[in-house]
Amino acid sequence: MKTKYLHVHRLRRVYVWELPVRYYHWLNALAIIALIITGFFIADPLALQSKDEAAMRFTMGWVRVIHFIASYIFFFNFLFRLYWGFVGNKYANWRQFIPTSRKFIKEMWAVFKIDILMLRGKEHISIGHNAMAGFIYFLTFWAFLIQCLTGFGLYASMGTWWLPKLFSWVPALFGGDIMTRQIHHWAMWFFILFAVIHVYLVFYHDYVEGRGEMSSMGGGWKFIEEDVFQNEEHHTPNKVKQ
Amino acid sequence: MSNEIIPTQQPTYYEEVQRKGYSRRDFLQFVSMMTAFIGLENTAIGQVAKALETKPRVPVIWLHFQECTCCSESFIRSSHPIVADILLDKISLDYTETLMAASGFQAEEAMQNTMKKYKGEYILCVEGSVPTGADGVYCMIGGKTSLQILEEAAENAKAIIAWGSCASNGCVQSAKPNPTSATPIHKLVKGKPVIKVPGCPPIGEVMAGVIVHLVTFDRIPELDRLGRPKAFYSKRVHDTCYRRPFYDAGLYVESFDDENAKKGYCLYKVGCKGPSTYNACGVMKWNNGTSFPIQSGHGCIGCSEENYWDNGRLYERGSSFAGFGIEANADTFGKVALGVTAAALAGHAVMTNVRKKKLIRQVEEEGKQNEQELKS
Repeated sequence: MKTKYLHVHRLRRVYVWELPVRYYHWLNALAIIALIITGFFIADPLALQSKDEAAMRFTMGWVRVIHFIASYIFFFNFLFRLYWGFVGNKYANWRQFIPTSRKFIKEMWAVFKIDILMLRGKEHISIGHNAMAGFIYFLTFWAFLIQCLTGFGLYASMGTWWLPKLFSWVPALFGGDIMTRQIHHWAMWFFILFAVIHVYLVFYHDYVEGRGEMSSMGGGWKFIEEDVFQNEEHHTPNKVKQ
Repeated sequence: MSNEIIPTQQPTYYEEVQRKGYSRRDFLQFVSMMTAFIGLENTAIGQVAKALETKPRVPVIWLHFQECTCCSESFIRSSHPIVADILLDKISLDYTETLMAASGFQAEEAMQNTMKKYKGEYILCVEGSVPTGADGVYCMIGGKTSLQILEEAAENAKAIIAWGSCASNGCVQSAKPNPTSATPIHKLVKGKPVIKVPGCPPIGEVMAGVIVHLVTFDRIPELDRLGRPKAFYSKRVHDTCYRRPFYDAGLYVESFDDENAKKGYCLYKVGCKGPSTYNACGVMKWNNGTSFPIQSGHGCIGCSEENYWDNGRLYERGSSFAGFGIEANADTFGKVALGVTAAALAGHAVMTNVRKKKLIRQVEEEGKQNEQELKS
């Protein structure tokens, strides 16, 4: 059979997301899902009916237990990811999240034009986070921080361990639990909106680029065209010396 | 004249107790109760008793600014009669607008005398917030603005107690738009510790406990980060609520007067602010330990929390979103944002297929090509 196309791409496999990054990602996703569901329940519990005596039931108790366990997982997982930003590979490096160079900002603008406004232009080639994604993750880390501070701040007066007690200054900063709780609740919506856009964009990149975006968080692999590799056309937002 | 109003040597609290006709037994009951209230071990009962027996009563100036006097009302209704008889009648004799016998020039003079005579020794109690708007004309006493009076009295005070939510947080008169610029006193008094005893009103026993602590140990009680005595404000109303088991069980009053309300279920869903409110209501209760709001079937409104008038509605957990109208709460806003996001993504998906047609087809064709070239 005659080859219709002169050139069919040969793809190189690149190990982008290391195992700890993948663990972090999925643990984080599970924790956030658990936290959102239990958080909604805590904010506005369902009117569940049961024939059991009140003493036999612990519905809200269990929901809160799950929320608190998930919050600890979320918190330590978050700390671990910060650590991995210093020891992981170039795609996991902390520099890929913070717009510190002109290159980074230029690249953000390029991604904005190509992927969001969908203007015509040279396709941007990155196999780690692109600059825009990196910056958005940087914002999510701030959201993580806000949730950890307000969440453990609210928990501080209930907890017996010293760790949550370290956060007791947070409600004092906001003038009490009422405002702290509201901030905690509002900030949750950022996670929901982020998750929706995040999942959509994974589909989008996989669909448009065909480089294995979706499966990369499973095996860690992404694929890059041989000529892109040879011509060194791919980017990371910031340079990392290793 | 002034020497008649203020004796040179103040009698001790115990002397005052005896003069009022209470027995030693009454006195010790009172001491035990107060020791327990301020969170001390029972071995401290002797210490408290000794302090009240030997120390001359502390002169007190009790100022009233923008307030409703509910703090004073609460104080005189605290459970042991000695509280009102001694701690209030005697301590506040020097100057308190509501209860003092003197008035006009004599009252003002009594205050001046106390401030001079007991310079650095008197306790300044403030009930009410201070209006700072329009040069303070909204609350003037004896020709002076509240701020002037406060600054004058605070200068040589040993300790300052902010009674109630007005003095501690500004309460209702500082709620938006705060027309008189009502200001809590800790923002106006500099360089002095202010003990905040918030609540609208605070519990009478709590107020008495703070004073007994000051008298016994000659220093202010341990305060939390918001300046409230830890002994009374370290636990949430929720943590000591007798309806808490219903909360944990997930059994809630859905609306007032429903079947669940009759069963005494948790008031969380009808807006109880107990889980966000730090106070001792669940333990000490009110009116001689008779009841407290939740026991009467009404949720806590969080009256001892800062800015509770503006932090959402009294009968709802979810609260209004600042700047987005009173009807829009965080979840409504979030749902709208989610809808807008979903619509934007749908638009983006359509546009992707239009604008990136070439790219997508290329990837697809390439894949198909390889598929066809592979033997089955």
